[in-house]
Amino acid sequence: MGHPMSTKDAYLKVENLTKMFGDFTALRDISLEVFEGEFVCFLGPSGCGKTTLLRAIAGLDIQTRGRVEQGGADISGLPPSERDFGIVFQSYALFPNLTVNQNVAYGLVNRKTPKAETEARVAELLESVGLADQGSKYPAQLSGGQQQRVALSRALATKPGLLLLDEPLSALDAKVRVHLRHEIKQLQHKLGITTIMVTHDQEEALTMADRIVVMNEGVIEQIGSPEDIYSRPANPFVADFIGTMNFLAGIASDQAQVCICDTELATNHGLNDIQKDDAITICIRPEDVATRGVTADTANAVLTVVESMEFLGSFYRATLRVQDDAKTTICADFSINLVRDLNIEEGGEFTIALPADHIRVYGETFAHADDVI
Amino acid sequence: MTLSDAMAHAAETTPDRMPAGAPVRLKVSTEDWIMRGVLVAIGLYFIVAIVLPLYALLSKSFLDKDENFVGLANFTEFFNTPALSQSVANSLTIASISTLIVVTLAFIYAYALTRSCMRFKSLFKGIALIPILMPSLLPAISLIFMFGKQGFLTFLLFGNEIYGPIGIIMGEVIYIFPHVLMIILIAMSMSDGRLYEASESLGASKVRTFFTVTLPGIRYGLVSAGFVAFTLIITDFGVPKVVGGKYNVLATDVYKQVVGRQDFEMGAVVSMVLLVPAVIAFAADRIIQRKQVAILTSRAVPYAPQPSPRFDAIMTGFCMLVGSVIVSILGVAVFASLVKFWPYNLSLTLGNYDFSLRDGGGWDSYFNSIKLASWTAVIGTCVIFTGAYLVEKTKGFVAGRMAFQFLAMMPMAVPGLSLGLAYIFFFNAPGNPLGFLYHTMPILVICTITHFYTVSHLTAITALKQIDAEFESVSASLKVPFYKTFWRVTVPVCVPAILEISMYLFVNAMTTVSAVVFLYSPDTALASVAVLNMDDAGEQASAAAMGVMIVITAGGARLLHALLTRGLARRTQAWRKH
Repeated sequence: MGHPMSTKDAYLKVENLTKMFGDFTALRDISLEVFEGEFVCFLGPSGCGKTTLLRAIAGLDIQTRGRVEQGGADISGLPPSERDFGIVFQSYALFPNLTVNQNVAYGLVNRKTPKAETEARVAELLESVGLADQGSKYPAQLSGGQQQRVALSRALATKPGLLLLDEPLSALDAKVRVHLRHEIKQLQHKLGITTIMVTHDQEEALTMADRIVVMNEGVIEQIGSPEDIYSRPANPFVADFIGTMNFLAGIASDQAQVCICDTELATNHGLNDIQKDDAITICIRPEDVATRGVTADTANAVLTVVESMEFLGSFYRATLRVQDDAKTTICADFSINLVRDLNIEEGGEFTIALPADHIRVYGETFAHADDVI
Repeated sequence: MTLSDAMAHAAETTPDRMPAGAPVRLKVSTEDWIMRGVLVAIGLYFIVAIVLPLYALLSKSFLDKDENFVGLANFTEFFNTPALSQSVANSLTIASISTLIVVTLAFIYAYALTRSCMRFKSLFKGIALIPILMPSLLPAISLIFMFGKQGFLTFLLFGNEIYGPIGIIMGEVIYIFPHVLMIILIAMSMSDGRLYEASESLGASKVRTFFTVTLPGIRYGLVSAGFVAFTLIITDFGVPKVVGGKYNVLATDVYKQVVGRQDFEMGAVVSMVLLVPAVIAFAADRIIQRKQVAILTSRAVPYAPQPSPRFDAIMTGFCMLVGSVIVSILGVAVFASLVKFWPYNLSLTLGNYDFSLRDGGGWDSYFNSIKLASWTAVIGTCVIFTGAYLVEKTKGFVAGRMAFQFLAMMPMAVPGLSLGLAYIFFFNAPGNPLGFLYHTMPILVICTITHFYTVSHLTAITALKQIDAEFESVSASLKVPFYKTFWRVTVPVCVPAILEISMYLFVNAMTTVSAVVFLYSPDTALASVAVLNMDDAGEQASAAAMGVMIVITAGGARLLHALLTRGLARRTQAWRKH
């Protein structure tokens, strides 16, 4: 994985970490590195182990086996009070009987920081999250988004080396969430604090993270930049979990060639480890399907019938049935213009192309989640 | 993916490759050691306050008078002595009949309070709780004033005597009523109004709705109430002591064997026998509690009763009937304590309140009771709340926490009489270094805290479970030791529960007789025991007077608690969620 900062030593190193709950393996042999100042998201469906991994890094639920290293020191077995991190929980865990000021100052007071200095630090933090005038209120008197920012200020007050966010936005409504995600990212960038955020929301991960760790059933499926993860998913799970993806069953043909039914498709994606005639899965995103200026002679053209069109505001998502193979459908995004210009209607014939650059091929058959249901 | 799928998946893939990496060596922090240390210390308290005494009781029941081991000989003697074994049958009869009556009455009363639109609900609820403020001796004494040889209602018994099963059942029903009512009320209030709407919209009749929605919803509550009632009745000593007459039950037998005949071995045997139904009822109740999970989803809507003039009138009438019985029990006690010589000279006097001339320790016993109740409330609340906090929040140490939880539940299964007798055997044993506690105020405090530990512990646990589980994680990340957060956050947030616990301990310490009756000394005579002794000596008016003093004091504590809670709610309303 060619990370730009890989020449530097990692700030946080997790090596061969395994966590068991009785006989159940929640995390299996996890290894990863987080670099100084980086914003990393653990992304995955619920129960994938992402929160367990975060809690192991914090020392709240210590792993069964494996090492954790922070800033060059082995912290594998240390209790949370001897580690260096700030944390924001999904519930915020704000102390209800203390004011906003007292909450933010909670960790400073214990360090015997001079009173004036504490007050200045609290004011500065509340200022930076836009709550300068709310200091004397109690958490119950604030909105969810404001509470979330207080929790963030409290976690940052003691200037920890590592900021851990456990689904910090999931309790908020959609609009506040979009706003806060931008705000947190900016603050993190300004402070340059190494941050790990757990989320099950792919949009959150894609917009906020420098790198995303996609997890499933206790293992890491892929680590990479948002771009990487979206455009070059390492396996069908990642392809399916992030964004929308067409999964087409096919057979490997000659070098860089695959076929669905009788249609041969060229691909630029290497067919490593795949033998001729192997069953494979061919993936392409609906927005990558070529729709304009496609004729039957265009490379990778597929003749289809428009089965249905779902209006999604700025575009249509069309379900197209492959003419040669009635069992296969492909989803493609049609712009409003396209539909208007070509007068596309349900039931009409339409030719699309699957550009070789955008086709991903996986040497395994894969049942798309919707098909299972 | 479900958990079982995940586990199946994990099981499938395990043999391929064992996960690499060395097992982690945990460093237990100083704070963890403090938490475990305090938990172990309270655990040791349990060992001294309940485990060892119960062991002493158990072993005593297998010894003869000369401390020789005789196996089950004492038990054989117990069951072969008709006078003693008859008590088993008597106890079971009384407990069964009383339970049936009290659960039925309390159910209708609770139904009226939750499902009708009758007026004065809070007044009726308040009246129903009055018996909690009394030692169980007091309703029995009132019954004698009403139905005894010189009673003004004796004719209602149609020639039967109040002394015996009739009196015991009447007394127990009144005494147990509030306890049973509370349990059923809680079960009733956890109903989902949407189910009633659904039933109505499907055209079900009221009767059908009652049998398909109401009863199934509270069946666990009812069964639980039944078990609690049965246990309380079979282990109660006050009522049968006063109105039992020649009708012997297990609880009075323990007292007679020990105090009357000084036969400690047989006393041990009887109290072991008394333990059996109490333990069974306790175990059954725990199993039921576990079954009753989450009838209420977060979307449930509380049931709002619709006015119905006829139904509301019937319910009001029923509550007035039950309420007036309770009020008259208290009223008769108060009146009898204020007249010269019931029923011949009804001129008013405060002479019965001059306890110095009577048995039972005079006014000192009253002040001793206040002392006992205050110490029990203060020390008990500190110990119980701290213990509950640690058992909830300590990390790791699973075996230790489970053992603690088990020990904390134990007192509930031990009747007060058995506990008190066990204390004699343990603390009065020659060579026990703790023997200096015997016949002192501290042993009364220890015994009372232990006796009422479980309910308080459960109250504390419930309150602690409602606060955010991550407070300790946050304070660890901020490098603030847990005890500071405990003091600055957990305790303030839990003040309502803490007040509740201390009120519960205070009231029960004022009214309890069973455990302390074996443990007081002339210097530490108690008000509740004075009621017993004055009644024994035929000084019923003074016994009633002391009983009234207890009611006033316990009632005062409740009032104070209500005022404090209200004041607190006003002061903290800015941060408490409503």
